[in-house]
Amino acid sequence: MAGIYIHIPFCKQACHYCDFHFSTSLDLKTKLIDMLNKELITRREYLGRAGIVRTIYFGGGTPSLLTPLELGRIMDTITEQYQLDLQEITLEANPDDLNPMLLAAYKSIGINRLSLGIQSFHDEVLRFYNRAHDQSQSLRIIEMAKEAGFEKLSIDLIYGYPYPNHKLWKKDLEIALSKNPGHISSYALTLEPKTVLENWAKKGVFSPASEDFVAEQYEWLLDQTEAEGYLAYEISNFARPTELALHNSNYWKGVPYLGIGPSAHSFDGQHRGHNIPNNPKYIKEMQKRGTAHTPEILSAEESANDYILTSLRTIWGLDRDIFYDKTGRDIYQEKIKELDWLSQNQWITIKDKNIYLSRKGKLLADDIASRLFF
Amino acid sequence: MKMQKIRNFCIIAHIDHGKSTLADRLLQFTNTVTDREMQDQLLDNMDLERERGITIKSHAIQMKYPYQGEEYTLNLIDTPGHVDFSYEVSRSIAACEGALLIVDASQGIEAQTISNLYLAIGHDLEIIPVLNKIDLPGAEPEVVAEEVMDLIGCDREDIILASGKEGIGIEDILNAVVERVPSPKGDEEAPLQAMIFDSVYNPFRGVEVLFRIFNGKIQKGDRIKFVNTGKEYEADEIGVLGIQQKPQESMYAGNVGYLISGIKVAKEVKVGDTITHVKRPCSQTIKGFENVKPMVFAGIYPVDTTDFEELRASMEKLQLNDASLVWEPETSAALGFGFRCGFLGMLHMEIIQERLEREFDMTVITTVPSVQFRALMNNDKINLINAPSDMPEANLFKHIEEPFVKASIITAADYVGPVIQLCMEKRGQIKNQVYLTADRVELSFDMPLAEIVFDFFDKLKTISRGYASLDYELIGFRQSHMVRLDVMLNGEPVDALSAIVHRDKAYEWGKRLCEKLKELVPRQMFEIAIQAAIGTKVIARETVKALRKNVLAKCYGGDISRKRKLLEKQKKGKKRMRQVGNVEVPQEAFMAVLKLD
Repeated sequence: MAGIYIHIPFCKQACHYCDFHFSTSLDLKTKLIDMLNKELITRREYLGRAGIVRTIYFGGGTPSLLTPLELGRIMDTITEQYQLDLQEITLEANPDDLNPMLLAAYKSIGINRLSLGIQSFHDEVLRFYNRAHDQSQSLRIIEMAKEAGFEKLSIDLIYGYPYPNHKLWKKDLEIALSKNPGHISSYALTLEPKTVLENWAKKGVFSPASEDFVAEQYEWLLDQTEAEGYLAYEISNFARPTELALHNSNYWKGVPYLGIGPSAHSFDGQHRGHNIPNNPKYIKEMQKRGTAHTPEILSAEESANDYILTSLRTIWGLDRDIFYDKTGRDIYQEKIKELDWLSQNQWITIKDKNIYLSRKGKLLADDIASRLFF
Repeated sequence: MKMQKIRNFCIIAHIDHGKSTLADRLLQFTNTVTDREMQDQLLDNMDLERERGITIKSHAIQMKYPYQGEEYTLNLIDTPGHVDFSYEVSRSIAACEGALLIVDASQGIEAQTISNLYLAIGHDLEIIPVLNKIDLPGAEPEVVAEEVMDLIGCDREDIILASGKEGIGIEDILNAVVERVPSPKGDEEAPLQAMIFDSVYNPFRGVEVLFRIFNGKIQKGDRIKFVNTGKEYEADEIGVLGIQQKPQESMYAGNVGYLISGIKVAKEVKVGDTITHVKRPCSQTIKGFENVKPMVFAGIYPVDTTDFEELRASMEKLQLNDASLVWEPETSAALGFGFRCGFLGMLHMEIIQERLEREFDMTVITTVPSVQFRALMNNDKINLINAPSDMPEANLFKHIEEPFVKASIITAADYVGPVIQLCMEKRGQIKNQVYLTADRVELSFDMPLAEIVFDFFDKLKTISRGYASLDYELIGFRQSHMVRLDVMLNGEPVDALSAIVHRDKAYEWGKRLCEKLKELVPRQMFEIAIQAAIGTKVIARETVKALRKNVLAKCYGGDISRKRKLLEKQKKGKKRMRQVGNVEVPQEAFMAVLKLD
């Protein structure tokens, strides 16, 4: 089992909080898509023998800036080059890019899941983030997607916008849940390096919300999604029990994935690696040596920490046996003091061979994970 | 060399009154140093000294000066300029017959200068007053001259006007040294009697002993003895001090020089000790010898607990050339293994800390400095208290005594009010108030040493806009109501934060310390109670609220490696923190007590 991630590194405009790799110039688009197709061929062996591809994920950037034809070409390459048992093909899309005709075309090339970058249902917040869409477009597009037959729909929301009270966030969540999407990804607004927001914060024209304020919004998110029957299957991901994102879940479960395109990361089951995060350089590298990939060799400790960090964030928890298989270490024995203390304080629960974060543990996941690090 | 042609003199000056620059000029004028060899502030050859603008260790240098057709030998003995080193100053003074009193013509005389001046007068030194920096626009030579005349009872024409920077008055000074400073007196034929006034550690040659011969002579190869330590050596090399050492076959009464005899450890060389011959010893030792006693005590711990052995090795090396540093191993529940150290004073403590960092690349945590208290026990025994942990249980002793000093402070008259107020806050009792001039006042207080070692000097400087100067001497122990104040984090005592404080100040101290710690201890996964207590009685409390959220929401795909590295880095950072129970305490928290305002 394996997945393919394809990074589309273009955006119409830069969101003020975003530090992902993208370019707002579309000049290199055609050449870059050529290289994506090329990389799909040159790195065919990365996933190895076990790599029957079940999921494909077009992320970005803004994949909806690609025409159905361009996406279709990539899909064709994948079909030609890989062993497939496709169950989930996701496209990240912005509300302002979509219309019924496009949606139908995407569907026809095999896309069966849409992840919509809604972020907020308040225009003032969207403007502050420098998003290209508004509330009415968001509401329309959700209906449109349903009408076009996309049964698997995910909505992205951002919480933690600084505001005197929680009214905006409660309203955002209320509208989102009233649309009954199968899946919600929700992230806290954070100051990432080299973003407009960080620059504003440095200059003092913007001050982020307090830790307590953001924590309260996250707790509200946990409460509301749970009440509506969503499963908090990962720290920031919530889904109807039948609509867990397969591709994303595999990130947490340690399933191998191949990352194609500038800045895309890959994982072969043991080691990670990444592509160069720069469009012209990516193209140049691809032309010169057929790959833009740099493997990252993890030491035994780093491997262990990698698994601790990712597994703890999920509903499946950290599995003692899997940990042992991966590292040759018994975490119950080596971290007995830390585990005891963490469970006494009810930040984790230990059930048979699994360690899970408790509800209050979820808010402190980083601290807990690093206490278990090797 | 005839004794009549030797002049031994030192310089008494306040920090930054230009002693070093003036000394440089004397060396240049006498061609003792060539321009090529010339460095600014030649005598201060440790980096640390240059940066602080003070001479930490005294040195000596010999000059040749032709005067009225005769060549004179001038031995300049440098003196440290800080109260921490007053014993060393007294020994340097004892090696001389004369002293240059250098006073900044724009600032006037400072407290430290006065106390050293009295020391010199007490040793019958001929005082040559010099007003320095007369070229400065703010110089008031007439006003300051009045002050000097009042102080030492000299005439106006005895005072030399000089500027080290501009080279003014240098020849006058040299002439005055020859004319006014008496030549040494002594008997070349008597048994050897020389005094050690300093030592310098040389990693290749061992300890170089600086001495002044009072009687007799010393020859290369002589069997000699240090009277107070009882140790015997061979005089492998003797000589006089120029910019380079100049070995000699023999040296006679009245002269100043160095001795090398394979001594490896500075502790064997005690300043003030008498050198004599083994075979024909002198009948009397030189008066005034004292074993230097530490005044301030503090714990020194490695920042990284695994560096303990390395710290021990560094301390041992430091002790090779700093005999006044004493220490013994100490264990703290919060800080692990470290050392209880005794220092001459706060400056000495800072110097040791800086030298550990610069010369040995050791980063250390220094705990609350304390003086030595004494407890009169129920059985009438006296217990010494060098650390809060030495404090006996309240029901086992009759009372505690603490060291008191006589502090003299010289300040501009405008600041008398604030200075008195500060001293009262520091439990001082005013003893005397003398107007040196119309607007300069000398104030005398009896004060607990414990109050002075803390942040007193900084505060004094602040309230007097930098103009007040301070000197103090120990006057004995007095009964005081001292208590041990403990700090607890979630009920766990933090031994490294305990302090012995006066009962009347304990509440204020406890409150401020808790507030400061609240700022420095980061929010953690649980609430942290910070408490200050005397015995079982809690007198102050602050709370660090529990961390609410510490999870990066966005974390998928490629972010995993970046995030793992981030958390691994954080975890490494935490290793530098100290664990008290489950509470992680950053280094700065242990230093917080040093800066409570």
